[in-house]
Amino acid sequence: MEKIDVVIVGGGLAGLSCAYNLAGEELTVLVLERGDFSGSKNVTGGRIYLGPIRRFMPNLWEEAPFERHVTKEALTLMAENSSTTFQLSSQRMNQRPYPSYTILRSTFDRWFADKVMEKGVCVIPEKRVDGLIMDDGRVAGVVTGEEEIAAEVVVAADGVLSFLAEKAGLRKPFEPQHFAVGFKEVIQLSREKIEDRFGLRGDEGMAYLFIGSLTKGMMGGGFLYTNLESISLGMVIGIDAINKMEPREEVYRLLDEFKESPEIKKLIEGGSLSEYSAHMITEGGMDVMPKLYSNGILIVGDAAGFGLNMLITVRGMEYAIASGVMAAEAIKKAKIKGDFSARSLAYYEDLLRNSFLLKELDTFRHTLSILKNPRWFNHYPQAICDLYEKLMWIDENPKPKLSSTAYRDLRKNILNLQGIKDILSLRRI
Amino acid sequence: MTIEDKLAQDAFKNDEASHITLDQSTCKDCRERFCIYSCPAHLYSLNEETGQMQVEFAGCLECGTCLIACIYGSVAWNYPRGGFGVHYRYG
Repeated sequence: MEKIDVVIVGGGLAGLSCAYNLAGEELTVLVLERGDFSGSKNVTGGRIYLGPIRRFMPNLWEEAPFERHVTKEALTLMAENSSTTFQLSSQRMNQRPYPSYTILRSTFDRWFADKVMEKGVCVIPEKRVDGLIMDDGRVAGVVTGEEEIAAEVVVAADGVLSFLAEKAGLRKPFEPQHFAVGFKEVIQLSREKIEDRFGLRGDEGMAYLFIGSLTKGMMGGGFLYTNLESISLGMVIGIDAINKMEPREEVYRLLDEFKESPEIKKLIEGGSLSEYSAHMITEGGMDVMPKLYSNGILIVGDAAGFGLNMLITVRGMEYAIASGVMAAEAIKKAKIKGDFSARSLAYYEDLLRNSFLLKELDTFRHTLSILKNPRWFNHYPQAICDLYEKLMWIDENPKPKLSSTAYRDLRKNILNLQGIKDILSLRRI
Repeated sequence: MTIEDKLAQDAFKNDEASHITLDQSTCKDCRERFCIYSCPAHLYSLNEETGQMQVEFAGCLECGTCLIACIYGSVAWNYPRGGFGVHYRYG
């Protein structure tokens, strides 16, 4: 059987980034994608930050088919019958090079795969990988249908559920507390309506997050991203929280309730649904990371658990791209040495450790333990909205001092023993 | 809009065989029905007549939620064969 150098399983951001950086070298590389085309199985919220990754493929970004560059950030605390919104309009975010963009993956990944093909690497669609070829304890290729493809190294870029990492014995069994499900609607709305409703001009965009009553105390929240001519509206909820929800309710219904809330309803009015999607999100971070390499195999992107919930933003795509690029670097070095053993491929982890990727995962390694606290999702959003409402409320009675209203309310709901403990827990992130 | 209406907006190319199979002997003893509550496409239901759990694989969004939510390990789940399943046009 003829042996190629690299077989990359999964034509998403991690796999394609790896392929892009291996192209043009003295290497034979193949990308296998299970969908009809790259992007057809991928989902994001979504928004991508270019700051950490621009340097990796500097020529790629200028013509990339992003949606809007984000210039407005908002966070709404949702309570029963009220909500409080913080909003940032940033001129700094409106200057080139733009720090982040909204994105639709089906469009983006398909374009990226074309770029990879232009550089001479073949991306083969409709190829599901069913197993690994093992040879004397090392990974020696992949099995797809009836076909075997022998390779010096396999790059597992097969996404958050990575069956390859499992087959290679590198991944721990799944646990509900380490994952969240994201589900979203893409709602078509005209450019004019989007710009009017969100106060945007041209290609400016908005990233809008929601926490509070919409998830009924469950770990998670809602999101809304403005695309060029559509809105991505969805929710992310922890699987363990869904399993423990009382009273029981089918989770998909929460998105319908969210859409009916006065905060959202007016924003999507007149829009038409063009797609409903769902995707798993890794929340486990550093603590459940698989072993990242072994003899003849590297794990990249979501497959490696490279996702991060930083409370105010959930990230994964930058990590997918960065890890793909670093895997390519490690493979190039291994090729020169003619050594694809674990010892040689360990260079991949060295690169990751010295990069923003594992540093950030380390910095935020305690996020999940803090997020398990349901009070962030029910008690505090309600308490803040109630206090704000009280301060603004004028009725037939003489208005008491604002400071005493605030003091009494804060003592009762936020600055009590439990509240101080919760606030102090935030020091860990 | 019902969940069925939502799924009707999506593009699917369904294989003949299901990519999800359930171990009915495990499901029989399950009280919580994690699958029913967690599936974002609402594909799981209990067949009132037979008392068996059933899953409608044809609308699967391929998120894998059921695989992780079912802590009893009843869900055997693989990706659909290459080229089959959901085809996101926006993602």
